[in-house]
Amino acid sequence: MKRRAFLKQSALTTAGTMLIPGFLKALESKKASQNGKILVIIQWSGGNDGLNTVIPFRNDVYYRERPRLAVSGTEVLPLNDELGLNPALLGLKKLYDQGFVSLINNVGYPNPDRSHFRSMDIWQTASRSDEYLSTGWLGRFLDASCAGNCQNAHLAVEVDDTLSLALKGEKIKGLALKDTEKLYRATQSPGLKFLAQQAHTHPEDDTQHYLYKTLAETVSSAAYVYEKAKTYRSRYTYPNHALGRQLKTIAEMINSGVDTRVYYTSLGGFDTHVNQKPQQDRLLTAYSEAIEVFVQDLRDNDRLKDTVIMTFSEFGRRVAQNASNGTDHGTANNVFLIHGGKAQAGIFNEMPNLSDLDEGDLKFTVDFRRIYATLLQKQLQFDPGKILGSHFELLKWG
Amino acid sequence: MPSLNETQKIHHLYGRAAWGLTWAQWQDFQKQSPEKALNDLLKPAKASLLPLKVVEGEPPSLVELRDMSKPERQEMLKNSRKQVVMLNLAWLKEISQSPHPLREKMAFFWHDHFACQPKNVYHAQSYLQTLRQHALGKFEDLLLAIAKEPAMLQFLNNQQNRKASPNENFARELMELFTLGRGHYTEQDIKESARAFTGWAFEGANYIFRSRVHDYGTKTFMGKSGNFGGEDIIRMILENRQTATYLTEKIYRFFVHERPNPARIQSLAQSFYASGYDIGQLLSSIFNAEWFYASENVGQLIKSPVEYLIGLQKNLFMQFVSPEGPIFIQKVLGQMLFNPPNVAGWPGGRAWIDSSTLLFRLRLPEVLYRLAEIEVEVKDESDVEKMDFQANRPQRIQAQFDQARIQQAWASRPENLYAPLADYLLNRPLPQYQSPVLERLRGLPPQ
Repeated sequence: MKRRAFLKQSALTTAGTMLIPGFLKALESKKASQNGKILVIIQWSGGNDGLNTVIPFRNDVYYRERPRLAVSGTEVLPLNDELGLNPALLGLKKLYDQGFVSLINNVGYPNPDRSHFRSMDIWQTASRSDEYLSTGWLGRFLDASCAGNCQNAHLAVEVDDTLSLALKGEKIKGLALKDTEKLYRATQSPGLKFLAQQAHTHPEDDTQHYLYKTLAETVSSAAYVYEKAKTYRSRYTYPNHALGRQLKTIAEMINSGVDTRVYYTSLGGFDTHVNQKPQQDRLLTAYSEAIEVFVQDLRDNDRLKDTVIMTFSEFGRRVAQNASNGTDHGTANNVFLIHGGKAQAGIFNEMPNLSDLDEGDLKFTVDFRRIYATLLQKQLQFDPGKILGSHFELLKWG
Repeated sequence: MPSLNETQKIHHLYGRAAWGLTWAQWQDFQKQSPEKALNDLLKPAKASLLPLKVVEGEPPSLVELRDMSKPERQEMLKNSRKQVVMLNLAWLKEISQSPHPLREKMAFFWHDHFACQPKNVYHAQSYLQTLRQHALGKFEDLLLAIAKEPAMLQFLNNQQNRKASPNENFARELMELFTLGRGHYTEQDIKESARAFTGWAFEGANYIFRSRVHDYGTKTFMGKSGNFGGEDIIRMILENRQTATYLTEKIYRFFVHERPNPARIQSLAQSFYASGYDIGQLLSSIFNAEWFYASENVGQLIKSPVEYLIGLQKNLFMQFVSPEGPIFIQKVLGQMLFNPPNVAGWPGGRAWIDSSTLLFRLRLPEVLYRLAEIEVEVKDESDVEKMDFQANRPQRIQAQFDQARIQQAWASRPENLYAPLADYLLNRPLPQYQSPVLERLRGLPPQ
């Protein structure tokens, strides 16, 4: 459907919500800045054990430090002569073999913090470890890309019921939705719609204006996203778990042409202090199965070329296993970038050095903010300096 | 907007300096002057403050800890985290019933200011008692007591701050977040003051000074040299007027308006400094000021989730029956007591409101009255073992409404309920345009 036709139709079907001043204009004006490129972020919460995800299967230190937790060389899915994926990542391995996956090793930041909350904060706000920011890096992207007219919350969507700090800007915050239809239904009560039209009754710097404006954004973004996304129904069967459902929602939004630039979602449970193997296997399998279908879905619709999927965790785990067949909080970790564009695939940099540790932890060599800077510049086409505050050298990627 | 009438002034005051009004209070205050209402609030407590406790006694000693097996220790830690959640609930209950709401409000402010995440319930109890006990007293007493709280010593790693290997975490936050604010000290000041706090540690739930690891050498701090201890550093920081300005601005933004008014803050800060950092006196100046009741400052603060939660209970004749409700609401809306995101506290203000939290707030009364289902699920908290009452998405929130009092309150009301309701729930005249909003909402069936 042509944009104009779509707008006309939805203006009729959702009369009221679309009458919010500036909304139509905002949609129209975005046409120019739209470049169709999309960033999807999958957060592994709890601190995934990177060394049992990408396994250095020729390394003696690895087998010595993990007598009961190491994955043997015969089990791994080899990427080259030294590194192999956890056998639970079969789907990811297939994508790797097709040239869709970049693996970045040793990602972290100076003076690492081993608290989940704090380290996740650092990743989500892109702060230094001794700095506290109250906005997220993608929230600041939202702020910066809506000069003057901040009405498009759906530019960044978290597929969940609650919104992470990563997507909270100062002037505008992303949209949280688990399901486009559910959010649409929740915002359709006549009372809410009526309230949503009251923003103009308050001066702009007034707190109440902010509340009404947030409501208006929510109601209109929910309507737009729902109307648009329902034009595409995935024909793929996604695995029946939370991440599978979330990625299906994202695929339907992307493939229907919703103009969201950033999608955020998370998978929790990686905090494997005790009896790690079954737990991590289950989570990696869930991820791998879902991501394989997701990539296929995007590819069939020719959208994979426009998309980068970044998967990260707030920290890795210690090199040595603990006495409970688990691992404790560590530092540097690997990050996956899955993409169908021109960027080179494969193993991006040197593998972890297990003989040069910092009190039992891996040393980082790639600051995660360099990845952010690269994605901001190349994928979101935005000056990273404006979002990250200081300059980070771009990766030679993409 | 027209200026406030007497009752509206009291309403505004109790929204800010307390946690809102119950129906009964609102009725009483109709006949009172704002001055009397303010005096009630500021009146010091007669009885001495009893600590809030969910466990008695002392934490296990080092010897006892050593003799525990690993599973026993893990069980103990798990229990302790659960008890911290119980303490969260106990404090909420205390807040909602306290005859000294201002003290609790200020303790809540200080919890955000001296943000930390105690995992040990004995530490949490002691930390909370310090916040409440000194909430309205002299800031120096509060700061010194907090600096010696095991919860804070642990959270900011001062337990590891030793002469041979100083840890600067506490010294840095002391200046950056607790007193002076960024840009009013040097990295050298942090290094030197960290040395002064070496040996400040805890054992069990008690502060101890480990003289063996304390650095008795000469330190140079803010241009002065001497064999300074932690107390000296705190005294010097308080001698700096910037501390009064920094604190006053934060308090102003909490109680009056997010947008600071530099002239007012400067004048308040001067008196605050001159009074020897008397917190109660500073608050009294704010609540007595005419500008506090000016229309530009009314209805302009966004309630934090805990304020919202308590306000609901007070306004709606409601009590939570089981712990799921208040815990779930705190989580969805992003503010769990004893679990601020980091040492900088909760971002607050507009940061409380996004698409998801706004819809949840709008819908919560319906959920409480069982007119709507809970449709929200909170994120998995990976490193906290879930307790039986901490469902990510509870079936329902069990709340009890005082039906008799609701009937009594509205029995004599005219058919048209919404005007008096708005009077009771809002602290200012209802703007003209909002009448049709209420008209519309009134006739609507629940969704």
